[in-house]
This record gives sequence, C-alpha cells and structure tokens, in this order.
Amino acid sequence: MFAYTIRRLLFAVPTILAVVTVCYVMVHMTPGGPFDMDRKVAPAVLANLQAKYHLDQPPLQQYLYYLGRLLHGDLGASFKYPDWTVNELVAKALPVSLAVGGLSVPISMVIGIWIGAVAAVRRNSFADYFVSAIGNIGNAVPSFVLGPVLILVFALEIQHHDIGLLPAGGWGGWKFRVLPIALLTIVNVATISRVMRGSLLEVLTSSFIRTARAKGLPERTVIVRHALRPALMPVLSLFTSIALSSITAAVVTETVFALPGLGLLIVNGAINRDYTLVLGLVVLVTAIAVLFNLIVDLLYAAVDPRIRY
Amino acid sequence: MATPNTEIAAVSQTPASTQPDPSGDSPARYAWRRFAQNRAALVSCAILGFIIIACFLGPLVLPYGFEDTDWLAISLPPGFANMHWFGTDELGRDLLVRTLIGGRISLEVGLLGTALTVVIGVAWGTIAGYAGGKVDAVMMRIVDMMYAIPYMLIAILMMTLFGRAFYLVVLTISLFSWIDMARVVRGQTLTLKKREFIDAARATGVPAGIIIWRHIVPNLLGVVIIYATVTVPGIILTESVLSFLGLGVQEPMTSWGVLIADGTSKMEVRPWLLAFPGVFLVATLYCTNYIGDALRDAFDPKVQ
Repeated sequence: MFAYTIRRLLFAVPTILAVVTVCYVMVHMTPGGPFDMDRKVAPAVLANLQAKYHLDQPPLQQYLYYLGRLLHGDLGASFKYPDWTVNELVAKALPVSLAVGGLSVPISMVIGIWIGAVAAVRRNSFADYFVSAIGNIGNAVPSFVLGPVLILVFALEIQHHDIGLLPAGGWGGWKFRVLPIALLTIVNVATISRVMRGSLLEVLTSSFIRTARAKGLPERTVIVRHALRPALMPVLSLFTSIALSSITAAVVTETVFALPGLGLLIVNGAINRDYTLVLGLVVLVTAIAVLFNLIVDLLYAAVDPRIRY
Repeated sequence: MATPNTEIAAVSQTPASTQPDPSGDSPARYAWRRFAQNRAALVSCAILGFIIIACFLGPLVLPYGFEDTDWLAISLPPGFANMHWFGTDELGRDLLVRTLIGGRISLEVGLLGTALTVVIGVAWGTIAGYAGGKVDAVMMRIVDMMYAIPYMLIAILMMTLFGRAFYLVVLTISLFSWIDMARVVRGQTLTLKKREFIDAARATGVPAGIIIWRHIVPNLLGVVIIYATVTVPGIILTESVLSFLGLGVQEPMTSWGVLIADGTSKMEVRPWLLAFPGVFLVATLYCTNYIGDALRDAFDPKVQ
C-alpha cells in the first residue's frame, strides 16, 4: 500500500508537469504579446512592463520563473484585469462554484443511487422504464438546452404572471442557487442512475446472491446487506469525474445562469484572450483533478478488500 | 481490404462459442438480425437518416441562403407564409436554412472527428497491444495521464489560442476523444495476438506493420464500428458546447451550438430561435446514442 502510494505520487507529478509545460508552450507559441494594443505603448513603458512580468528574459528563464512561482502557489497576474492576480480571481470564484457544485454532488449521488437501485430491483417495471427514460433524456438533452428551458419555465414571466418564481441568473441568496443546482443534479443523476442500475443488475446475478437467497434471507436483506455494497464500487469511481465536472469545470451551467464561478471565469478569460488567466485556471484545475483522482484511487484500494498492490 | 467475415464475428463474440445460435446463422448475421428486430433502433436510424438528408440536401432546395437577410420578414414567427417555415431571426435570416446549415457543420464535425478518433485510436491501440512490453507500458501510461486531464478546459485554451477555424475545432476535439478507442482496441489486440493465424503470419516472416494492417485491423472492424457509433454523439456534443460558449465556429457560419446560444438570449420574445435548433440537436444525439447502444447490445453475446 505504501509503495503504491509513492508510485502513484511519482506518477502524478509528471502528469501535472506535462500539462503545465504543454499549455505554457502553446500560450507562448501564439503570435503577439499581452501588450500589443491598438494604441502603441511608449517604448520605455513597454520595457518597464515587460521587465515587471519578466517578459524580457529568454523563454527558458521565463518558463522556470513561472514554474517557481507555481511551486509557491502563485498563478501569476491577469493580463486583462490589471489590478488582479489570478489567485485573487480564483479566490473570488471558487466559493460560488463550491456552493453550487458542492451541494449538487451529494444530492445527485443520493438520488442517482436510489433510483438506479430501484430500477434494477424492479427490472422491466414502470419504475425501471421511468429511470431509463430519465437517463436517456439526461444523455441526449445537453445542459445548455435544458438550462434555458428551466429558466423559461421557472424564472421568466409567463403570460399572466408578473414575475417568475426564481431568478434567471446571477448570484445572491439561496434563490439563485436552486436552478443551477437542479440543472447539475439532473445531468448527474442521469449518469449515476444508469451506472448504478447496470452494476446492481450484474451483482444480482452473481453466485453469492444466489447463496444468500438460498439460505432463506428476505429479499430486502439480500439487496441491502449483500448486493448494495459491491454494486456501489463502479458508482464510486464515477464520483471523481462528477465532482470535478460539477465544481471545477461547470462551464455550461455557470454560463447559462451567469454564476460568477470558476467555469464562467475561464470562459470569459478565453473570450477576452486573457492567456495568463486561462493558463492559470487550466493548471489549477488539472492539479486538483490529478490529486483528486489519486485520493479516490487510494480510498478505493482501502475500501475494496479485493484490490491488492 | 479483404475482410474475412467469420473472423470478425469470432472476435467480437469470442466468449460466445459456447452459446449455440438457434438459427445456424453466422454470429455476425445473427447480431444484425437482432439489431433489425429492435424497432426503436430502426426508428432512430430513420430519423437520423432524415436529418442527415435534410441537412445536406435541404439548403440546395430552399430559396434562401443561410446569410441572406429578408428585410420584409424580420423576426417572423414560424408559419407557412413566405416559405419561412421555422421563422426568422432579428436580421431576417431564415431559421430553417440556418438550422440545416448548422446541422451540416455539426454533423461534419461529428463524422470527421470520429474518423480522426478511429485512426488515432486504432493506430495507438494496435501498436501498443501488438508491441507489448515497455512500448505498451509507456503508451498506456500516456493514455492514463490523459484521462486525468480536464479536457474541456484544454479545449477552451486551445480555441482561445489558435482561433476558431473549422478544422481546428475538429482537431481539438479529436485530441482527447481517441483515448477510449485506444483502450478498447488494445484490449482486443491482446486477445487477437494469441491466435494461430497471427502466429502463422509471424512464423512465415511477415513484418509487424503488415501483420497489424492485414491481420489485426480487419478483425477489429466490428468492435471499432460499434465504438465509433458511440463516439459520434459525444463529439457533436463537445462541438456544440464549444460553439455555445462562443469558442467554436463563428458567425456568419453557424452550428447548432451557435444557434442555441443565440436562441437562448432571445427565448423570452422569440422562443422558436431556441426550439428548432434545440429539437434537431436533441433528436440527433438521442438517435445516435440509441443506435450505438442497440449495436452494442446486438453484438454483445452476454445480452440475450
């Protein structure tokens, strides 16, 4: 176990380094500099600016400088919001993403596992078809279509009503969180319930379930005590990707509802061509993703007695 | 390329040899018959076929171009007057033509992206699987690495840096979509590699590259086709997300994602601008998803 942890850690570092390097090179390969503007900046001012951001040094030096700052947890300065560092922008956006995504993940896990299990136990019943219909809709209706429909139904004034039930977007009290959380949850539940249904169906055909039934256990005990735990393993492995896509990369949801979170920050950064901001966010999110994957894999090994290293 | 039919079937149904086929057909034909019995899958095929034909032929027949503005029909709601069946936007551009042209772009990105995914994935998977040893370890480590990367953000970064030309959209999306394909293909290659006809080819001195191309790739076709079908909706979806965010194809060129983004901003007053492209995109994704699942079920010997 200890050796495995070390090996995984050694593997995580080059992954992050590779992403940082590739993205850094891509950003610096693009023609034009951050201070190319319509109005020419005076040469002396330009020289000062470049010195301030270490742009007057050779590329390799710049890269090493960037890596050094990264090691200190400094993602650099934003080029389009001159008074802000990327760290400050992230510090402002992260709580929003956490409040919405962080609440949606546990809700969707509970709902998804529950309805997936019901669908598997009552296979080919009405409940089963209902769940697979939800799964198909969640798969085929992208969140950028579903989100506007939610706004249209719940937020905008419709014919006789003066005002919608919920705000259509922005950030404020709990009312602003309902629709984004609902949207993320619908999309996540579609995935989770499908995986849960499939894995429970598979577990239910295995021989230890037949044994449990053969020794006369009530069906409820067979499902809850024996089948549920092994069936949860594939769902747990979904947890990482769902948590990451709901919290750190909820690009579409945050755009649709104009939530000032990480996803909207990166989209706006991309549209404004704020290279350092986008680069910093990509690096940050990749690092979080890699570390998160590492932790979940280690937990996985700790929870599942069949996994040995 | 000579494709020995029985071998495809044998590969895609390796564990199936224990299950006697009730009709005595070859396993591949049996799978096709099971697919044809799936009514919903056939309906999906018909709807998808209709959308494809409409997108590629429709704009040739319709009297408006996708950039043409009709000053007498600004923001016209859908109706049968004027030939603007889906209505027009606030520039007087016909939504039907724009939806079909947008669909053409979305479908082209989906098909080209899938083709690229297949090429990279099959090459990567067969080489890793056939070579084995250290080459395999390194190549699959790279695939593992790519799984940990939040690809949507990288795609956003690339679209920011390199502009939004059509082929760049395709390239950016394919850059990350091949890893699943590579895994599946490698797994199949590993089982194929142990079979006698590969041993025979190696014993007679056929070079590795030719063994992969002549003997392994043709036998992977069944699996690859099924996986490619599953890949198409994912790629179409990624393209429309990028376009929706304003990072994909650009005006006046359009795609379903662009049209939906445009429709979203005006859905209060002109809901049809959101409804028609939305319905087309959802129908396409639903049908391709369903066909992919049905193909997989039909070829999977475990599902009976």
